[in-house]
Amino acid sequence: MVSENTLEKLKVLANAAKYDVSCASSGTKRSNVSGGIGNAAAWGICHSFAEDGRCISLLKIMLTNYCIYDCAYCINRKSNDVPRASFSPEEIVELTIEFYRRNYIEGLFLSSGVLKNPDFTMERLVAVAKKLRTEHRYNGYIHLKTIPGASQALVHEAGLWADRLSVNIEIPTENNLKILAPEKDFKSVLEPMKTIASHILESKEERQKYRKAPLFSPAGQSTQLIIGATPDTDKTILKLASALYTRRDLKRVYYSGYIPVNSYDNRLPALSSPPLQREHRLYQADWLLRFYGFKTDEIVNDENPNLDLELDPKVMYALRNPWLFPIDVNKADPQMLLRIPGIGTRSVQLILLARKHTRLNASHLQKMGVVMKRARYFITCNELPMRGSVQDLKPEVVRQLLVEKQTLAPDGAVQLNLFQPTMPALR
Amino acid sequence: MHVFSFDNTFEGLLTLVFESYRLKITPDEIVGPTGSQPFLFASTTTITTDDAKAERVWKGIVAHSSEENAHRAYRVFLSELPGVPLLLYRFIRVIIDSPTNQETNFAEPSVLEVHKIHQKVCREAQRTAMFVRFQKTAEGNYYASFAPQYNVLPLCIPHFRDRFADQQWIIYDLKRNFGFYYDLKEVTRVVFDDLKVNPQNGQLHSSIQSADEKLFQQLWKQYFKSIAIRERKNDKVHRQFLPRRFWKYLPEKT
Repeated sequence: MVSENTLEKLKVLANAAKYDVSCASSGTKRSNVSGGIGNAAAWGICHSFAEDGRCISLLKIMLTNYCIYDCAYCINRKSNDVPRASFSPEEIVELTIEFYRRNYIEGLFLSSGVLKNPDFTMERLVAVAKKLRTEHRYNGYIHLKTIPGASQALVHEAGLWADRLSVNIEIPTENNLKILAPEKDFKSVLEPMKTIASHILESKEERQKYRKAPLFSPAGQSTQLIIGATPDTDKTILKLASALYTRRDLKRVYYSGYIPVNSYDNRLPALSSPPLQREHRLYQADWLLRFYGFKTDEIVNDENPNLDLELDPKVMYALRNPWLFPIDVNKADPQMLLRIPGIGTRSVQLILLARKHTRLNASHLQKMGVVMKRARYFITCNELPMRGSVQDLKPEVVRQLLVEKQTLAPDGAVQLNLFQPTMPALR
Repeated sequence: MHVFSFDNTFEGLLTLVFESYRLKITPDEIVGPTGSQPFLFASTTTITTDDAKAERVWKGIVAHSSEENAHRAYRVFLSELPGVPLLLYRFIRVIIDSPTNQETNFAEPSVLEVHKIHQKVCREAQRTAMFVRFQKTAEGNYYASFAPQYNVLPLCIPHFRDRFADQQWIIYDLKRNFGFYYDLKEVTRVVFDDLKVNPQNGQLHSSIQSADEKLFQQLWKQYFKSIAIRERKNDKVHRQFLPRRFWKYLPEKT
């Protein structure tokens, strides 16, 4: 079935899918069902890294790149003159299984352009997932894209076969979405999200009663926001993300720096290069929201609606609130330790364990992986002569010192993929 | 100065710890069986591996810290780094000699060093799960060449056994010349003398490769190329996550 012809189609349809940044394969732990193929590792596994530095964990592919919509930011929009192709469900299934058996991939990420109508398209996506799970007894990871406007019944069935579902919001405010994608509105995106969230919750409750109740999208749902295609501020973006995390219980919100794929469309800004640094800072802020116990207002507010591009959001928080520092690493509680620039979740774990045994000093901290060039202005410890804390030096001076120390330009395109299973990074 | 020599097995190292307690001698240097550097003014004690003694030391580590900590020592041993036997000797002494559990006392040099090497070994094991690439053979089995920096293949076997439960596979460590073979029931350690593998790229000889193997490698290469966004090209991060030493056996990088 797979032939030379497949090669050409793969080229077109992988190319069409690459702007979707989600590639997580974590969040589900499924053992091999005897006689079947594959399992799902709870922490996710990357199998390769593309030349843009992004992780390749899943076979990220579109069923077709024909589309009836004409969204300004999308490479596959109706009015674009690009090569078009379609896979049959059988071809996708065979590719997935053959790649999986060779340990190339962790699973399948399937998306599609909209053919005829949303339901017609969604049915075909669901058919692929069902075929893999039932006919091939495949236990690997499946991520399905939910087509905005698809019926609730189809979304429900998708959740029974897939590990993760996602609906992309793409544009953070409804007004701007309507300008750029006239066929879409917030309702068509947020409604399925709500449906998925309630099904996930139901399934969790069911499973508390009956151990074998069916799973529904066990790795949760995610979404994506395009950064820099509209004038929305970081405050708007992070407020939306934070609301999605708390009210819709999303596992991940992805930020994708806008790449001018349709530069002829004058509704979009002319950018010389994608806003990678801004995207990087947004991911850092997102981490602060999810794993460091920060509130959105502490990261961005009315005086500072956008993140600082030169320094990371945690340093900026510390410089805006110098009276909280220096913090004594031998005494402070974990929440306060997490607020110190240069100390991450892993260092906090080590500090908490180690300080039961000994009073820690600067050289201990350095060896444990604390970034002392940042942390030194914000801590006191056993013997460290703290001449130069942020209190003595004034925030402006510390800012100057920290900016000067960044000799190498930080990499905007870093996709954080930490390998340690203890790390929550891939959730 | 005291030198202990052992047979380079983990049980041998545990026996060595036992003997050091029994003889009340602290070694200044630990060498393998072939490590016959002449130590002037040194007396060498040769340790004979004894499973019963090793077992007692293993239980001692578990009793004074945790089961996980004993496994940690084993995984650090697999790093095969120079100086690791002596480091582990000191680490085990610290653990057993203290009345309280010292496994998280990172201010103690040997504990921190063991912790660091342990992370490196675990990372290498995870990279094995990431970067092993199977080739289908003409008989329908799956074969993979690999050459990890540390001897981590034994740690990865449970993962591969669970994941690829319905296919026969071999993963072969070309650097250490041994591998594991799964026959749909159990995994056995194997050593081949006449492996028909190209040492340059780990590819099987085309006469024993399945007919469509080359096509799927080509498809994978095409996918790898198409999925990268040209505008975001970032060689530094690419090499950081996919270090050059793994490229040899990856179809997408050759």
